[in-house]
Amino acid sequence: MGIDRLNIPTGPRLANAVGPRWWTAPRREAAWGYILISPWIIGFLAFTFGPMLASLGLSFFETDMLTARFVGVRNFATLFNPDTTRSLFWVALYNTAYYVFLSVPINMIVGFFLALLLNQNISGQSFYRVVYYLPSVLPAIAVSLLWLWLFNPDFGLLNWFLSWFGIEGLRWLQDPHTSKPALILMSVWGAGGNMLVFLAGLQGIPTQLYEAATIDGAGAWQRFRHITIPMISPTLFFILVTDLIWSFQVFTNAYVMTGGGPANSTMMYVLYLYNLAFKQYRFGFASALAWVFFVIILLFTLLIFKSSSLWVYYETEIGGKRA
Amino acid sequence: MTAALRTWRAFRQSKGKMRRLQVVATHIVLMTGAVIVFIPFAWMISTSLKPPHQIKVFPPIWIPNPIVWSNYVTAVTIFPIPFWIFVYNSLYLSLLTTVGTVLSNAVVAFAFARLRFPGNHILFLIVLSTMMLPGQVTMIPLFILFSKLGWVNTYKPLIVPAFFGSAYFIFLLRQFFATIPRELDDAARIDGCGVLGLLFRIMLPLAKPALGITAIFSFSWAWNDFLGPLIYLSKMETFPLAIALSYLRATYRVLWAELMVVSFIAMLPPVILFFIAQRSYIQGIVITGVKG
Repeated sequence: MGIDRLNIPTGPRLANAVGPRWWTAPRREAAWGYILISPWIIGFLAFTFGPMLASLGLSFFETDMLTARFVGVRNFATLFNPDTTRSLFWVALYNTAYYVFLSVPINMIVGFFLALLLNQNISGQSFYRVVYYLPSVLPAIAVSLLWLWLFNPDFGLLNWFLSWFGIEGLRWLQDPHTSKPALILMSVWGAGGNMLVFLAGLQGIPTQLYEAATIDGAGAWQRFRHITIPMISPTLFFILVTDLIWSFQVFTNAYVMTGGGPANSTMMYVLYLYNLAFKQYRFGFASALAWVFFVIILLFTLLIFKSSSLWVYYETEIGGKRA
Repeated sequence: MTAALRTWRAFRQSKGKMRRLQVVATHIVLMTGAVIVFIPFAWMISTSLKPPHQIKVFPPIWIPNPIVWSNYVTAVTIFPIPFWIFVYNSLYLSLLTTVGTVLSNAVVAFAFARLRFPGNHILFLIVLSTMMLPGQVTMIPLFILFSKLGWVNTYKPLIVPAFFGSAYFIFLLRQFFATIPRELDDAARIDGCGVLGLLFRIMLPLAKPALGITAIFSFSWAWNDFLGPLIYLSKMETFPLAIALSYLRATYRVLWAELMVVSFIAMLPPVILFFIAQRSYIQGIVITGVKG
């Protein structure tokens, strides 16, 4: 995200005010700087950094509502235990990974495809933009209930539609084989969010590049392959990172639509965490789970960041600004 | 000569035809997609207006006969407490969160964008990295902290943190402040304008569009939030609409008409806001590259 190009403020200093000699303009400006960012500093320490450390500490304790007992790394040992009666970690991780690794690429491909279609100066562009983006502004709980009704095996719209093609009797959320694909299908309804980000990226590509390439005899495919793809790769990178982090945290639909069932087939990581912490009040064990979650997401993010030098193209000569 | 001209014309016409064909094909694909996106909404509204015996029918009936407007009355009176309380709670929560978000982030982002102080760069990198932090890591200690403070079943755990800045909006507003020409604050400073004068008299008036985006996004996120209220609110009088909806589902599992009515009502404010402020939404996405 252009971290190397953070523009740090420059320009004339504040007018020098009357005051003691050491109270110089740069010092005054710095003092104001700290005062004005202090809400964030306090918030960061009290609501982010402090709780993170507390969560790490808690993960070495066994807790119930009233007591806490130091147990060392036992929470982690229990956590990684493959016995599902003791820990659903592996089940939840598998379900979440299944969801993330299918829904993120599908949503990216659909979003990119729609953005490419919309980007060719088509009439009614703003109409399509509004319609496709609409599902992204809705409350997740209302969307979940609506889709629960669409997925209804007996009276739902989806099975009616499939019956035209002779496909009948899908139980969707009530069958462990189709419950995760159902949640993924539902997530594609919101692909318009990605479309809008891709569209912004596509519209930021200077048209001169295409003109120059056409003059040099490049065909449509070559222009797409050698201009669009490299120029859109920073957007692609950004969407990949944010979508991945978001999708790992999938919660509301699983909580409302299936409660994790059937047979734990939609027991997502955050849902499991929520149940442990706020249904069973096992704060210590849940904290261990939360930290492992954090490390997993961090590793994926770092992997994408590290790999980005191989496939993300940052132009420097053109001076185009990454939004 | 004439033959060459004819060939050229034919070529041009065929190219025009190709282009027209491409436009038509694009519209067909986009229109099909738009219909697919729209159908669930139509289905929701259709269900919300159906008499009970037309809901559980296969194949489905699209146009309810008769249209049962009274579903909207039964749905909002089905709760043990008056429905307007949920709407009021949602509005109260969302509005206060919005006030806190706009105030705190405008000030913090301004400092990051325009003031020189040791550590500006590194602190801003920390802001950016917290954008990637999953909230679940801090969820449990925060719950313990807020319960110790006696804040459970109040709105404080949801509202107070909004007054202390959030990474996404600091990033958004800082990116916007960075586009305001620096000559402007240089001139103001030479004229003897102090830091606060610069912030309130010059930057904030110019940043109105970005502050608008911040307000719209934070309002609809607070309105849509589910996990936060779910953790902290257990008394029905404190429920926002999202939790009331979840309660309705848990209590009356199969009252689909009523469930669709309340879902529809819960969707209305963010949808209306989106229609009024589409341009702001799109601008917000262009500035940050993050979808709302």
